[in-house]
Amino acid sequence: MSSSALLETRDLSCNRNDRLLFEHLDFGLEPGQMLVVEGPNGCGKTSLLRILTGLRLADGGEILWRGEPIDRLAGDYYEQVTYVGHHDGVKHELSCLENLRLARAMGMPSTAGLDDILEQVNLYAYGETEVGSLSAGQKRRLALARLLATDAMLWILDEPFTSLDKASMSMFASLFEKHLQRQGLIVMTSHHDISLPTLSVQHLQLGRQS
Amino acid sequence: MSRRLSLTQAFVFLLRRDLLLALRNRAEYAMPLLFFVLVITLFPLALGALPELLARIAPGIIWVAALLAAMLSLDSIFRSDFDDGSLEQILLSAHPVAVLVLAKVSAHWLVTGLPLLLVAPLLAEMLGMPAAAQPTLLLTILIGTPILSLIGAIGVALTVGLRKGGIILSLLVLPLYVPVLIFAASATENAAMGFEVSAQIYMLLAFLFLSISLSPWATAAALRMSVS
Repeated sequence: MSSSALLETRDLSCNRNDRLLFEHLDFGLEPGQMLVVEGPNGCGKTSLLRILTGLRLADGGEILWRGEPIDRLAGDYYEQVTYVGHHDGVKHELSCLENLRLARAMGMPSTAGLDDILEQVNLYAYGETEVGSLSAGQKRRLALARLLATDAMLWILDEPFTSLDKASMSMFASLFEKHLQRQGLIVMTSHHDISLPTLSVQHLQLGRQS
Repeated sequence: MSRRLSLTQAFVFLLRRDLLLALRNRAEYAMPLLFFVLVITLFPLALGALPELLARIAPGIIWVAALLAAMLSLDSIFRSDFDDGSLEQILLSAHPVAVLVLAKVSAHWLVTGLPLLLVAPLLAEMLGMPAAAQPTLLLTILIGTPILSLIGAIGVALTVGLRKGGIILSLLVLPLYVPVLIFAASATENAAMGFEVSAQIYMLLAFLFLSISLSPWATAAALRMSVS
């Protein structure tokens, strides 16, 4: 494994309900690289992503960020990570802007204006609208807008394209590409085929052994 | 290099966010207060015209009602955040989770505990509680209800991931509420009879400081378990 890897896993393993999902998982991700985790349903893709965020503990092995275990870094790791999971993690009673302000306050605020961010994800007209009245795709776009509200280097995305239309998918794909060009890192799962610069993309296939 | 908010700013931010959410869900948060008032107004109706009896048991009634009202409101501390994934985002925040938990619990107390304090004088008067006991009653509610919120938060954090956590929550939390109930009711009763109450008040203060300093850490750890 190259020493320039920012995010590294060593001998990672994970069980669920006494069933082994994966073991001896080693990979390293350098700045500007993307890891796409693939595999059938229930093979542990979400579990792997949650382990990378520290929300779930691995059953073995460790995860290193700049060579240090993430559980020791705590806040210093979390200010570098933005996670968009199955749940959008947005409050339905708050407006889009209020939601973004919260996301920004919880991490390391980026310099981009909130209005610009909403503009980028095509939600500009909905800034003051309560999120509860938005469609599922719009909520998803707002959840993904969190990526731009903070200056996190590592984006961990679980099925980011769920309920997005084609135009939004390609819009986010180009945002991902920009993030990689700025030396950011992305780990994601997706059942959708997206066109991304293939050079910097690694693929990890889970669930082949069973 | 870090543009991260200071800890105080993050605390205030989350506190304000929770108060705003409570404001937009008024009906849900009015329930515990309504329950508190209803239970206490039903007692005189059920016990009949016995003013001495009512005045005698008033501290107990008010405190039992306050305790049950607090239990009723507990689930709302983390439930909606757990359901919509906001809790994950809070746990992944760059700030220490214990501080953010304290902000959430503070908001919860402002929304559910403080109203009890505000209506208590009225209800005490209605039950005919001696005027001498009323300041003590308010003091015990002021010190006691934050303890209920803080202890309750640990219980909710442990059970929020369970599908039917309600029963376990009450079993977990009620035994821990009993000391607060005993000392608070006994202080108010002593005050009604004109005795010294400082011992009970000091005990309650000790509980409060103990729970402020320990509960947020325990709650944060429990939330991590519930989310994983």
